[in-house]
Amino acid sequence: MRLFTGTLATSVAALMLGAMPLHAADLMIGIKSEPSSLDPQFHVLATNMQVAFTMFEPLVMMDAFAVPQPALAESWENVTPTEWVFNLRKDVTFSDGSPFTAEDVLFSFDRVAKVPNSPSAYTLFTRQIESVEAIDDYTVKMTTFKPYPLLAADITSVVIMSHLAAAGDAPEGKTTTELNRGDGLIGTGPFTFVSWQKGADFVVERNPNYWGDAPEWDTVTMRPMTNAAARAAALLAGDIAVMEDPPTANLSDFENNPDLTIAKAPAGRVVYIALDQQDRESPGISGTDTNPLMDARVREALFISIDRYGIVDRVMGGLAEPAGDLVPAHFLGSSPDHATAPTVDVERAKALLTEAGYPDGFSIVLGSPNGRYVNDVRIAQTIASMWSRVGVTTEVEASAPPVFFQNRDEMKYSAYLGAWGNGSGENLTTLNALINTYDREQGKGTANGGRYSNPEVDALLAEAASTMDDAARGAILSQADSMVLNDFGIIPVHYEVPVWALRNGLTMEGRADQYTLPQYIVSAE
Amino acid sequence: MSTASPQAPTVAVETPFQRLRSQFLENRLATFGLILLALIIVPSVLAPWVAPQNPFDIGKLDIFESQLPPGSVSESLGITYWLGTDGQGRDVLSAILYGMRTSLIVAFVSVTGSLLIGATIGLTAAYFGGKVDALLMRIVDLQLSFPAILLALILLSVLGQGIDKVIIALIVVQWAYFARTARGTALVERNREYVQAARCLALSPQRIIFRHMLPNCMPPLIVIATIDLAHAIAAEATLSYLGIGVPVTQPSLGMLIANGFEFMLSGQYWISFFPGIALALIIVAINLVGDHLRDILNPRSAQ
Amino acid sequence: MLLFIINRLIQAAGAVVVMSMLVFIGLYLIGDPTAMLVSPEANDLERAAVRQAFGLDQPIWMQYLTFVGNAARGDFGRSFLTGQPAMQLILERMPATIEMVVVAIGFAVLVGVPLGMLAGLRPKAASSKAVMTVSILGFSLPTFWIGLMLIMFFSVYLGLLPSSGRGSTVSVGGLSLSVLTPDGWRHLILPALTLGLAKAALIIRVTRAATREVLPMDYIKFARAKGVRPRRVVGVHLLRNILIPIVTVTGLEFGQAVAFAVVTETVFAWPGMGKLLIDSIIILDRPVVVAYLVLMVFFLIMLNLVVDILYMAIDPTAREKVRD
Repeated sequence: MRLFTGTLATSVAALMLGAMPLHAADLMIGIKSEPSSLDPQFHVLATNMQVAFTMFEPLVMMDAFAVPQPALAESWENVTPTEWVFNLRKDVTFSDGSPFTAEDVLFSFDRVAKVPNSPSAYTLFTRQIESVEAIDDYTVKMTTFKPYPLLAADITSVVIMSHLAAAGDAPEGKTTTELNRGDGLIGTGPFTFVSWQKGADFVVERNPNYWGDAPEWDTVTMRPMTNAAARAAALLAGDIAVMEDPPTANLSDFENNPDLTIAKAPAGRVVYIALDQQDRESPGISGTDTNPLMDARVREALFISIDRYGIVDRVMGGLAEPAGDLVPAHFLGSSPDHATAPTVDVERAKALLTEAGYPDGFSIVLGSPNGRYVNDVRIAQTIASMWSRVGVTTEVEASAPPVFFQNRDEMKYSAYLGAWGNGSGENLTTLNALINTYDREQGKGTANGGRYSNPEVDALLAEAASTMDDAARGAILSQADSMVLNDFGIIPVHYEVPVWALRNGLTMEGRADQYTLPQYIVSAE
Repeated sequence: MSTASPQAPTVAVETPFQRLRSQFLENRLATFGLILLALIIVPSVLAPWVAPQNPFDIGKLDIFESQLPPGSVSESLGITYWLGTDGQGRDVLSAILYGMRTSLIVAFVSVTGSLLIGATIGLTAAYFGGKVDALLMRIVDLQLSFPAILLALILLSVLGQGIDKVIIALIVVQWAYFARTARGTALVERNREYVQAARCLALSPQRIIFRHMLPNCMPPLIVIATIDLAHAIAAEATLSYLGIGVPVTQPSLGMLIANGFEFMLSGQYWISFFPGIALALIIVAINLVGDHLRDILNPRSAQ
Repeated sequence: MLLFIINRLIQAAGAVVVMSMLVFIGLYLIGDPTAMLVSPEANDLERAAVRQAFGLDQPIWMQYLTFVGNAARGDFGRSFLTGQPAMQLILERMPATIEMVVVAIGFAVLVGVPLGMLAGLRPKAASSKAVMTVSILGFSLPTFWIGLMLIMFFSVYLGLLPSSGRGSTVSVGGLSLSVLTPDGWRHLILPALTLGLAKAALIIRVTRAATREVLPMDYIKFARAKGVRPRRVVGVHLLRNILIPIVTVTGLEFGQAVAFAVVTETVFAWPGMGKLLIDSIIILDRPVVVAYLVLMVFFLIMLNLVVDILYMAIDPTAREKVRD
């Protein structure tokens, strides 16, 4: 393939240099959205993180299963509940050859809060940190305001920039504009910046000074192709070697295609239905005066009338796992009782509705974003058809994402389709956002659009948040999680399984966080 | 956008309908277009009665019967999916009929609305002349210089989704063509004897404009309207393809094509292909008819 | 003449004001851009901070006045998404769009004029009728449909041409262009063809109509009677006289094509400014949407002005005729 063989000139050059691998190689990746910036501290966005991780590294890096692993910090220790000490690697240099020290860590953490105009700031990951101090050149101490078990997980999103290269006149050093041009984009990562054309190719080349294993590729190009069908066509035509998110409709054909292979990641983001549980006349419900969703039997009926296996098979093309819980079983704090998804039970659903006083069902509007999550509208339509079958006549109201979010925040839906990605590897963040009683000041229940509220669960979550011991915390979270699910407070549908399609001869380790990192794409020998 | 607008309608005015019909039927291609159009319109209008399934009724869709190839037999409904099913389990044939119905409704209502508004403004401008004319025509010029697709795109992103919203957006982008044509025709009519006579009788401007001038200005407007139907259908399809047209649970042809395209790459061509053919056929049929109508009614290009 | 130009400029300004107000209010009503931008894990206080940073906490009229004040100084605000000046973002994308449109229009003229003349000279011939029928197709089928069909055939079925993206570009004086590399051309062909087919169909029809109008004219008859060779009659006398409407329509269509590039760019993921507009509308990146529209209104009115002036300079009486 044209893609895997370099030009004759570079091959000859590689042979003459001797040090380089014998085959020069370029990798072309079709990514599903474009980065909004190259400044690794400008905008919390998956594509931006992915691009940043080619050139930069954090102190602690998530592995494919979202478990924190040593990166620029070779070890860390929780000396007191609020004090963390990180021991930095001593053999690391930046791509410009300058050494990596504690000063770069201080600079990078200090810069986070200073980047202006950010549509979603990285302070999200540093807001628990009171101070960052250098004990010596290779030891850094971080102090949190209160005991905070998720610090290591949070800082996996804060990459380390060179304090020399990124220094500048602005308060934040090099500005976002400068970094977008490639000015000051010096990291310790396996690749270095070559070029970025907005809306088009982002190109990096191998970092000759990389401290870890040298990646296979001389250059890597990430080309944003927002249209999944166009991306698939480009892969079939061989224009790109790797594509993110192949359309689920094509997956079985891709699997059977001898030119292609599929890579999957551990299941991650949960797709769920939130139900309005406020004691009010719910806006999208007709055929009854009160809010039937206040009754746990009704919620259970809706819960078990969904054929999750059918949705996974027919709508998701097998690219999902049916969910009975809010996080997959390998996450800390998942509920063992809900590890397998329930099978559909239409008769029981009907019986429960009758028992609850709705023998003829009622009508409900199911809100859904159009184009925010994988197959969102198709999932919503399928669930609507399944609910209609047990007597709950369901109409889908699909809107463009901004309209959907507006309606959701104004609580105009009685039920809506949502999804929640968990980057921390444990249930605490999911439960805090989706289940905890909504509390604006405390920042709790920020995504709890159904306004589920259970004081016992809230108390357990507060306890877990300050429990530093992983096993103990996991047990508390499991307990809280079980309570919510036994109450049918929310309806998990499935976990998305991130997937990639590659030209045959390539393999990659799929990551739960869905980042497509070229350093983990290798050609099978 | 039409390139050669019909000019003075004098021939058409004096031509009896019969002559128009015989002239029309002389052209076999146009006749073919007319028959094709009838073959499309009749079942689409009757879709609720002739379609095997109601594709808009979400409760009737079975996800386990999605993506079936043409000719498959439904296990639950006992019907044959002659054109297969889409990703949601909709019978593609039914979806096409209903979708075409949506397309036709949008096109007819928006074109009629544009025609009425445009003709009123054009005739008013022509009748009163002077400053009124100058002002109205400046607005028309401005409107025509701005690309229809962009204007519709902006309007719909503001108005939100829905068939009514699409119709409003299409009226806003189309009326100016009618206004311009109506004015051009009416300028000629204004100086004819019957208008002068009506003015001498001191009839009200409304009466002169709508009762006397409008009927005589209709032929070129009808030609434009015919061609414009095709444009409206294409525009609706494009907007729905871009995801800002009709609601996703009531797909029109454009949305069916867009939704089906991802399946096309995996060989399930029918979901996107048949609606695409239907869209092409309906547009071509309208154009065949409209194009010939224009040739007949435009004396300068008539042989 | 000067009055005419001034008049047009005032109109342009009016249109810009109306358009920007409409978009401002419209996007304000749709929803909150921060809902799309801020990480779902952020809390309401962090969200409010972003809103404040973007000025979205102000009343809408205040936001508009701020915009007008800044716009008068040439500052159209910064994109919510990227933090870059909105106008700069658009101008960066402009070469890609213009390049595609120029190639498409070039193709349309090269194909459209000869075929249109053929159809006009021999209206009864089967080939002419075929050309006209096919031109109806090209003229009326939606751009996205043609694009999808071309992708299916050339990219998926034949595997000949890439289906999306821009390919490698060469930078010339700060502009990156695809037309200078073979790879760039391969990427350019399908989008340009998609956009160009509809334009070619239009030019065929204009050329045919013009040809049939000019043919019965005395000077053509005279030239023929004089014994001028048919090829020369067609190539010189006829072509020269039908050129005016063709040039006019081509000029006006250039503006339309830039607008229609929105659709083509979406189908082919072509990184032009039309794609930027669609993406920005989806996330309610208001500064970019408003700046784009201001730019387009200005560009289109200027284009019309130039065409009108050219046209009036050549043939003052026939202006109305061609504008339709």
